[in-house]
Amino acid sequence: MPTITTKTTVVPLGPIEQFPAGFGREVLAAGCRIAVFRTTDGGLYALENRTPHPKGGTLAEAIVSGHFIYCPIRDLKISLETGLVQAPDKGEVWKFEIRETKDGNVELALAIAL
Amino acid sequence: MAGIGTLEQILKLTRAFDITVYGAEPYPNYNRIQLSYVLEGSKTVQDIIMNDRSWYEENGISLHTGASITRIDTSDKRVYTAEGESADYDVLILATGSKPFVLPVPGADKEGVIGFRDIADCNTMIEASKSFKKAAVIGGGLLGLEAAKGLVQLGMDTTVVHLFDTLMERQLDAVSAGMLKAELERQGIKFAMGKKTVALTGEDRVTGLRFQDGSELEADLVVMAAGIVPNAELAKASGIETKRGILVDDFLQTSVPDVYAVGECCEHRGVCYGLVAPLYEQGTVLAKKIAAVETAPYTGSSVSTKLKISGVDVFSAGEFAETEKHRVLRNHDDWKGTYKKVLLEGNRIVGAVLYGDVTDSALLARSIREGKNMTDDLYSELFGGGGCCEGKAKSTGVEAMADEEIVCGCNGVTKGAIVKGIREEGWDSVERIKACTGATRSCGGCKPLVEQLLQYTLGEKFDGAAAKKTGICGCTTLGRDEIVATIREKRLTHVREVMHVLGWNEPEGCSKCRPAINYYLGMIWPKEHEDEKDSRFVNERLHGNIQKDSTFSVIPRMYGGVTSPDELRKIADVADKYDVKMVKVTGGQRLDLLGVKKEDLPAIWADLGMPSGYGYAKSLRTVKTCVGSQFCRFGTQDSISMGMELEHRYERLWMPAKFKMAVNGCPRNCAESGTKDIGIVGNDGGWEIFVGGNGGIKLRGADSLCKVKTDEDLIDICDAFIQYYRENANYAERTSDFVERVGLESVRQAVVEDKIGRVKLIGKLDEALDGLRDPWQEVVQDEEVRLKLYRPVTAGK
Repeated sequence: MPTITTKTTVVPLGPIEQFPAGFGREVLAAGCRIAVFRTTDGGLYALENRTPHPKGGTLAEAIVSGHFIYCPIRDLKISLETGLVQAPDKGEVWKFEIRETKDGNVELALAIAL
Repeated sequence: MAGIGTLEQILKLTRAFDITVYGAEPYPNYNRIQLSYVLEGSKTVQDIIMNDRSWYEENGISLHTGASITRIDTSDKRVYTAEGESADYDVLILATGSKPFVLPVPGADKEGVIGFRDIADCNTMIEASKSFKKAAVIGGGLLGLEAAKGLVQLGMDTTVVHLFDTLMERQLDAVSAGMLKAELERQGIKFAMGKKTVALTGEDRVTGLRFQDGSELEADLVVMAAGIVPNAELAKASGIETKRGILVDDFLQTSVPDVYAVGECCEHRGVCYGLVAPLYEQGTVLAKKIAAVETAPYTGSSVSTKLKISGVDVFSAGEFAETEKHRVLRNHDDWKGTYKKVLLEGNRIVGAVLYGDVTDSALLARSIREGKNMTDDLYSELFGGGGCCEGKAKSTGVEAMADEEIVCGCNGVTKGAIVKGIREEGWDSVERIKACTGATRSCGGCKPLVEQLLQYTLGEKFDGAAAKKTGICGCTTLGRDEIVATIREKRLTHVREVMHVLGWNEPEGCSKCRPAINYYLGMIWPKEHEDEKDSRFVNERLHGNIQKDSTFSVIPRMYGGVTSPDELRKIADVADKYDVKMVKVTGGQRLDLLGVKKEDLPAIWADLGMPSGYGYAKSLRTVKTCVGSQFCRFGTQDSISMGMELEHRYERLWMPAKFKMAVNGCPRNCAESGTKDIGIVGNDGGWEIFVGGNGGIKLRGADSLCKVKTDEDLIDICDAFIQYYRENANYAERTSDFVERVGLESVRQAVVEDKIGRVKLIGKLDEALDGLRDPWQEVVQDEEVRLKLYRPVTAGK
């Protein structure tokens, strides 16, 4: 049976000020396109920057409401907490770990298969 | 549909029964009338299911799908399924429907030969359209034509084969049938008329049809739509009397006690019905009978027919072919493409055919059913007063309807039931009536009638009441007017403040209400309100139109559609430099650079040095112009100069919805004023102003608002109309809907007649126009915005 080993690396994204509250921004990290959202209560969330809709499209330009976003292309409502698309639509967006450090920097966790 | 329709009626009367439903198909009951929508792809199977599984659960009904009953033991009162399960009953309702009549010709059993009766047939047709080209539909009746239209929509080369020389020969006369055929030919359906099919050719799969006259037709798919046969085998095998269908009396009882039949499977007084309305009329009687509620017997249905194909309006009721005993009233208008024929026997109305305009269908169906006499009033209602344009205003017809008259033929809902609900239960919207009665839920054909009933019963209150109950989105129950009033009264200036003060149930709103509130705030407080980018939809936040691949389109402003060699060179250079995927002329006479990457937008704008054309915003898009008197030999006015002036004046102004204008130099109207929010047509002595046109989702010709003599008056009226619209329209409401909602007369009163009001409107507009800046150049000059909104963050940098 083949085993898959993953290694989680911490990727520094720079100062928190780059991420204004209530907006999303695209982040390029290790060849991945990630949409980072900062909610109005200061929370940070990272999703793959791609809607699960079969026809695709980015998410970073979404409207942010509480801990949900509304996809900019087809208005899917997606939970930032779980990555799950809300009814009546379906789907799930890949979620990444992200955090703000004590000195005001942002770090992203990227798991890479070895 | 007939069976579950009956159950719904029973449930309204009594909850005394334990109900079990067996259906051979793997779906809960669905709306067969809408199968043609599934075929053409505009609806899914899910969309046409009328009662989903949760409905059965909520009503305590045990549903067995994919379970066909193979035997009824009427003495033991038990039914048996193919799998050998059995269940006993006190009362049994057979609602087995019908199946397509399969022509008894050699080859009818070949692969690729089907009926058009259920979802499986639809799927077969959709699959066939992927690998085959040619289809034939046998039967030029209602069902055949709907099937053929669906197949054409699926891209198949489709021929309708009909035994008779005219289509729908059981409902239409030669004239209307001819008009129908011509229209369907225009829509791409081919016809082989007067052809009797004698064999289907091919090996395993069908390859064609052979006709009695020896000619042949190629086809890889053959749909049999030559009629239906009641499904009566089960009843027959179980010893219940049948002829063509299962024989029933006036209370839908079969020859066996406690066994009833309803719908297309039954035969009542020698008639088997294949249309929907009779099924519900039968169901109503049967439900009362079973629930032991007193009921009048079912004495048969007077049927009327409507064909539901887009762009084709056909109606037929009662007798349609004139004979010597008839007097004929006929109005055949080849100009408008309409036909109206009413047959009288003596003075009594006995039949009618309508083509092209079916406004009078409800009135005629009722008159025929009730055997009404033709009167002067009725005559002028149907055929006009004899004058030219000033005939008396048509009454909507709903006042004249009797209470027991059916409004929704699909679900058997009467006028009385709807009016009672509106008066006593406070139903105030079509949605509410749909949820409570089922009216409008099936084919939707009665929606205008239901709206008229609301209008008629509630009068002035109708619109206001409807707006009140349904909030602008799911976050609130408040309508637009209440929100705008509160913003003014409490001087609210931030989106979050509005949501907080008005008690939104989602504290941060949604993608529907946030942009709407942001608009209302900007409209009410043009000076104080600071635009909130986080409440803007992506296009208006980034000032480009997002495309399906998340690239953007760039449309620079070209006032009046006029450009120059220098401008064109700049655009060409930019297109080359940024590897633009496509350069396209838009519908509004502008140039569109498509496929631009988000991070390139600010640089492209800087290089172009042109203002934003707002081809992404709820704002003035373009002012389309014709050549006008500068060059055109017909031009009476300088439409280009006027168009450029208006575009300069209103550019960047936020509107409730996108806004398009056109200016024409003469009534030839080459720049198409009739489909614009404001369309202006020059004439020798001035201008005529049209409003509320739309060439998009809802095609609507603009209404003439007024004529003006001078350019100054023209701009004043445009100013006032735009500001009136900005202040009173719902967010996202185009002028076409707005003008219809508030009425052209109200608009004219506020904009044209009320001179003091007009000056005020113009003052407000000037205030809103003051201080608007070009957003592209603002972004170009603001490094922080460029960085945070347009550039990605690169990790590690």
